[in-house]
Amino acid sequence: MALLELNDLRVSLEDGTEIVKGVDLDVSPGEIHALMGPNGSGKSSLAYALMGHPAYEITGGEALFDGQDVSEMGADKRAQAGLFLAFQYPHAIPGVTVTSFLRSAINAIRKARAGGEDDPVPIPEFRKELLEAMEHLKIPRELAQRYLNDGFSGGEKKRVEILQMAMLKPRIAVLDETDSGLDIDALRIVANGVRELVGPETGALVITHYQRILNHIKPDFVHVFVDGRIVEEGGPELAHKLEEEGYEAFLPEGAEA
Amino acid sequence: MRKFRLKSLEYFQARPLPAWGGDLTGIDFDNIFYYIRPTEKQASSWEDLPPDIKNTWDKLGIPEAEKKYLAGVGAQYESEVVYHKLKEDLEAQGVLFLDMDSGLREHEELVKEYFGKIIPQNDNKFAALNSAVWSGGSFIYVPPGVKVEMPLQAYFRINAENMGQFERTLIIVDEGAYVHYVEGCTAPVYSSDSLHSAVVEIIVKPGARCRYTTIQNWSNNVYNLVTKRAVAYENATMEWVDANLGSKLTMKYPAIWLMGEGAHGEVLSIAFGGKDQHLDAGGKAVHYAPHTSSIITSKSISKDGGRASYRGLLEVAKGAVGSKSKVVCDALILDEDSRSDTYPYIRIDESNVDIGHEATVSKIGEEQLFYLMSRGLSEAEASAMVVSGFVEPITKELPLEYAVEMNRLIQLQMEGSVG
Repeated sequence: MALLELNDLRVSLEDGTEIVKGVDLDVSPGEIHALMGPNGSGKSSLAYALMGHPAYEITGGEALFDGQDVSEMGADKRAQAGLFLAFQYPHAIPGVTVTSFLRSAINAIRKARAGGEDDPVPIPEFRKELLEAMEHLKIPRELAQRYLNDGFSGGEKKRVEILQMAMLKPRIAVLDETDSGLDIDALRIVANGVRELVGPETGALVITHYQRILNHIKPDFVHVFVDGRIVEEGGPELAHKLEEEGYEAFLPEGAEA
Repeated sequence: MRKFRLKSLEYFQARPLPAWGGDLTGIDFDNIFYYIRPTEKQASSWEDLPPDIKNTWDKLGIPEAEKKYLAGVGAQYESEVVYHKLKEDLEAQGVLFLDMDSGLREHEELVKEYFGKIIPQNDNKFAALNSAVWSGGSFIYVPPGVKVEMPLQAYFRINAENMGQFERTLIIVDEGAYVHYVEGCTAPVYSSDSLHSAVVEIIVKPGARCRYTTIQNWSNNVYNLVTKRAVAYENATMEWVDANLGSKLTMKYPAIWLMGEGAHGEVLSIAFGGKDQHLDAGGKAVHYAPHTSSIITSKSISKDGGRASYRGLLEVAKGAVGSKSKVVCDALILDEDSRSDTYPYIRIDESNVDIGHEATVSKIGEEQLFYLMSRGLSEAEASAMVVSGFVEPITKELPLEYAVEMNRLIQLQMEGSVG
């Protein structure tokens, strides 16, 4: 059984509009899956629903994480179980530094894993790991003392999302259009960062419109996602085909990519 | 002093209850003990303190964490200062840090010169009441040029039912001197309403600087009606850092009268109104001299049907040319049932001035909460983090242990576990 298992998953907005119309997908540690699709296909809605955003309701099928139905869990419980979402548009939290936010998040997860007992990360260990991860992602040190995403450039926000992934060590990371708004150098740093974080303990679902991030991340599986459904699956070669031919072949008659 | 008290009582009886601000009709003035003596005599060292008082303080976490750091401890425990410790080096510098009663006995000339001069006995109904029945409070004098490096702290605690606390504090910072006074308040819950009505007067002489920090966390049945006012002379600086989390009703607007050229004043105010609470807080800056400057920063938070208001006065008198002032009020409303208001009063009689006023109101965002929860924080932890961030510009001005305590109090408020 895969760690993340979606069976005929359906997701609707609060007004009842169905966005995700039956998705089957398995993601396990060590694997990188790319979910590629045109704008408005419902990719981000799928990501939000997996993480537990209150505006996206699972209305059919199931999403299992480690065998457990996620629809019974709040976003915090899903994160504690090891699910992570790198946001396309991360939110600013004025007055809370990156460092203090990361420490609180790590300690919340450690507490949950210690059965509700406080088990704070030793500060020297935290500091060492943070500095190493920042250096690796070429994030300037001063950013650690700035308020989370407050006045950050688009590129800084995306790097800090991956920094969070590196620090929180999820078992499955969903990356929602992490490549958007990044220049070529930043894209390479971020993509390599993700690539290195995936391993025996961690798998990733990379959601993207473009093929370019996949040159660096090198997915094992590619899924083409159109109008709320996976319409084609294959290996990395599928991404190249999409880059050359576009999404048109997969779209319903008369629609534009 | 007896004449002063009797005259004050007349003023108190003659004045009506204020019709603005909060609802004061719940106070029963005939059902309050105006003076309770806690222990027979004052203790002069930690070891001499009665064990039950020590225990209470242990629960507040004062001694171990802060004892070494304290430059001197004055604590108001059932109306009277029972414990006062002043480090020897302060004494050697000529700094006076006493309870107000001892101050009056031992330094009558100094007290006579300033007591009731900054806040006259007839200033308002509750200042008159305090002037009539005051007991306890702190008396501080810092001689010219002396910089007191560590904050002077006093812990206040009401713990007898129906007891009003009417402490009276007078701080005189002589020319070129500096002092930071920290007042923290906590109180357990009672079955009937309690009244706290303090008066704080501060004189900041030319070139001197004074900071007065308060963390107010009275239990939610206390009426907290406090008059605080400072005068700042040439090139002096006065700073009020005023955090209000507790009480049933607070009406408190720390004031700074800028009386000398180049004087500067700052008020940093936090009001957190939870269930059944109304916090009416803010600040006043009155510019009476040229080239004076002031900044008022207010952060108010309301939750669970609570109400937090900013009420402030900015006044520039004719002749106070080149004066500058900036007022910033930010409100954060945590749910649909709660309320936030802003009442900025501005009177400007001089045209050559630079005045700015900004106000924002925001609601805690579902998106922000989701973002934080997606990192493993519970909803309460996520909300507490947003609120802590909101007030961070003020908590960063607090001494470290108070900043920690402040964040802990906010967390408790968010979990709804503050009684």
